[in-house]
Amino acid sequence: MSIVETAGHDPHLAHHFPSRRRQFEAGKLGMWIFLATEVLLFGGLFCAYAVYRANHPEIFVWAHRFLDTTLGALNTAVLIGSSFTMALAVRAAQLGRRHALVRLLGATILLAAVFLGVKGVEYEHKWKEGLLWGKRFRPVEASPTAAGGTPQPLLVPAPPPGAGASERSGIPLAPEGPAGLAGAAPALEPHDSRPPRNVQIFFGVYFVMTGLHGLHVIAGMVVLGVMLVRARRGEFGSSYFTPVDLAGLYWHLVDLIWIYLFPLLYLIH
Amino acid sequence: MATNETLARTLEAGENLLGRDNYLNHTRGLRSWLLTLDHKRIALMYLVSILASFLLGGVLALVIRTELLTPQKTVIGPDTYNQVFTLHGAVMIFLFIIPGIPAALGNFVLPMMLGAKDVAFPRLNLASYYFWVAGALLALVSMISGAVDTGWTFYTPYSTTTNTAVISMVMGAFVLGFSSVFTGLNFIVTIHTMRPPGMGWFRMPLFLWGLYGTAIIQILATPVLGITLLLLAIERALGIGIFDPSLGGDPVLFQHFFWFYSHPAVYIMILPAMGVVSELISTFSRKHIFGYRFIAYSSIAIAVISFLVWGHHMFVSGQSTLLGMIFSFLTFLVAIPSAVKVFNWTATMYKGSIWLATPMLYALSFLFLFGIGGLTGLFLGALATDVHLHDTYFVVAHFHYVMFGGTVIGFLGGLHYWWPKMFGRMYSERWGRVAALLVFVGFNVTFFAQFLMGSKGMPRRYYNYPPEFAPYHLVSTVGSYLLAAGFVIMAGYLLHSLLRGKPAPANPWGSATLEWQTPSPPPHDNFVSPPSVGDPYAVEEWQFDPRVGGYVHGASVGKP
Repeated sequence: MSIVETAGHDPHLAHHFPSRRRQFEAGKLGMWIFLATEVLLFGGLFCAYAVYRANHPEIFVWAHRFLDTTLGALNTAVLIGSSFTMALAVRAAQLGRRHALVRLLGATILLAAVFLGVKGVEYEHKWKEGLLWGKRFRPVEASPTAAGGTPQPLLVPAPPPGAGASERSGIPLAPEGPAGLAGAAPALEPHDSRPPRNVQIFFGVYFVMTGLHGLHVIAGMVVLGVMLVRARRGEFGSSYFTPVDLAGLYWHLVDLIWIYLFPLLYLIH
Repeated sequence: MATNETLARTLEAGENLLGRDNYLNHTRGLRSWLLTLDHKRIALMYLVSILASFLLGGVLALVIRTELLTPQKTVIGPDTYNQVFTLHGAVMIFLFIIPGIPAALGNFVLPMMLGAKDVAFPRLNLASYYFWVAGALLALVSMISGAVDTGWTFYTPYSTTTNTAVISMVMGAFVLGFSSVFTGLNFIVTIHTMRPPGMGWFRMPLFLWGLYGTAIIQILATPVLGITLLLLAIERALGIGIFDPSLGGDPVLFQHFFWFYSHPAVYIMILPAMGVVSELISTFSRKHIFGYRFIAYSSIAIAVISFLVWGHHMFVSGQSTLLGMIFSFLTFLVAIPSAVKVFNWTATMYKGSIWLATPMLYALSFLFLFGIGGLTGLFLGALATDVHLHDTYFVVAHFHYVMFGGTVIGFLGGLHYWWPKMFGRMYSERWGRVAALLVFVGFNVTFFAQFLMGSKGMPRRYYNYPPEFAPYHLVSTVGSYLLAAGFVIMAGYLLHSLLRGKPAPANPWGSATLEWQTPSPPPHDNFVSPPSVGDPYAVEEWQFDPRVGGYVHGASVGKP
């Protein structure tokens, strides 16, 4: 095989690599290292999440109910589906099935767009409810009928499962924060509609994490779009599919990060 | 291939390719430089840019020292002073020291040390350079549009409330981070996949081990800085609240994030310098390096430990005592691999035939200055002592002994060592030694005085000070002028050498690493024929040949 690989005039072999196989290995290693840097980029945010959740669990428990679990689950399914089409696309590239490759890349991009659309709907809800980050956190009254002249913004969370009935799925008493932490919120009653202090931290974390992830989805769509164009030109085949392979690795990482984000943000007990 | 034969003859004669086809004149025109994929040209572009940053940072340093000459106002007002020291720090750290050795010297030398034609990803290499340029431009924008006055550490909450241009500077550092990550990624992949047959991991030159350790830190730590700076920028722009105590955020979390990168980053700075010194000490002692494996492993050990010590920057930030003790202990651990290196270098020189050429003078300076800088680091790593010394000039002096006395001196040593290879010309050895001496003396006068005043309680970053500190400041400022004089001389003879320098032989120092087995300056493809891989420190096998004015492989003449 090395005879074929080291033969001259290979348009895809850079002059400084002895063989195409070495070039492929180098590309793959480079991509994995890049993915490691991505994991560390998000690692900072996961770390911030862990710190705030450990110090102020009551905020997370209370505030996560404003996230729409159904839409979150739908998006999880969409992204996993896109990972599946991506994996099939890589296989199609390796087998040299050009039309299948183009179709599968298109499907992956489409699913990514669906994900962003759903995310946009969620963002819009939060925007309307004023459930935004730090400085912009101005929750509007959720029940306009309660216009009894109470001026303070009363947050009524989306109805918790079985209001008052199910003790098991109710929110547990929040433990006090570590001694000495300023503003350890009072223990939260399961049906207490009063928000704990500093709820905006949760939404800050939520918007930063999902926002950065969304940017990665958009970047992924651009990369996959380039792959789509190149695939239509017939640049890939069973002897040259490295870019599709590497783009696939990236896409799986984007998917994987969401698989962590979903339970951490939406499914808190 | 007639040209190759001529080249081969040239190589045998140890000659030089000036005036013939080499990488500098292989293609012509500005475009051929700006869009080049040749690692050597990218290295030179980096070198020029980095030296320009060094000049800028150096001028800012002189402004600081001049202002501190007298207790009251000397040349600039207090607000400007805050901006000047911030910019000095930011420019020197992000634009000069971090990319200095890896991106400029490493880019030039790494593929050649591997006998390769280029790094694994030449386009990424060029992209990394343009990311550097973009980051530098953003930093410039910040300087023009209301320079930052937060100190280079950008601590919250001050950095989120000051009305200076924090966002552009922070985004500049963010973009520079990409540059650093791409360089590190490229180096790791190159070292993994492009070593020539016969060069196992333990036959690599130690400079490559240094760069490898550096690259590991670059790719693992820089993204964390990236997200931190991004959060800071979002904090300022949108008020996200994660670091803002009035919104329930935690400003100390910023310090943790920042130092999780920035402490490993000081090892990004020092590790490649240690690699350079390993090359210099062996070559100029005319002796095989002592304890190769220990030096190699200690680079990796430093890289690993560097991730576990960031908490020692927060001994007085309300960190728990237990955590402080753990971080103090881990900090002390760094001393072990560092000392392993120093002892091995010293042992290499033992019974060697020491040649006090300019690069070796820098290597020796490194040993002294890094020794002092490293040992004073232990003072600061000890909890009780640190409470006294924290935020004083003692810290400033320690930092400069390690960063300037270590990294910059190592960089200068490497620059002088590879200069003939880069440009094919020798510089004036006499002036080189004069400048090295001036830099050494000037540096010590400048910063040793700062140890003294720091231990007496002079706080860092202050604009004014009580009159009893005036003598120390006077000495320090005079020292900084001496240092500047050394650099002016250096610039003079280096520029002179570019025009009038004696043509350099292929191997002027008698080193055994592969980059010296090709003419100076190298041809476009680095090597005429694949170099013969051997022990990178078998310097005794290279003998001086007066006919070529350089060293030639004397296996047939010398050793039995």
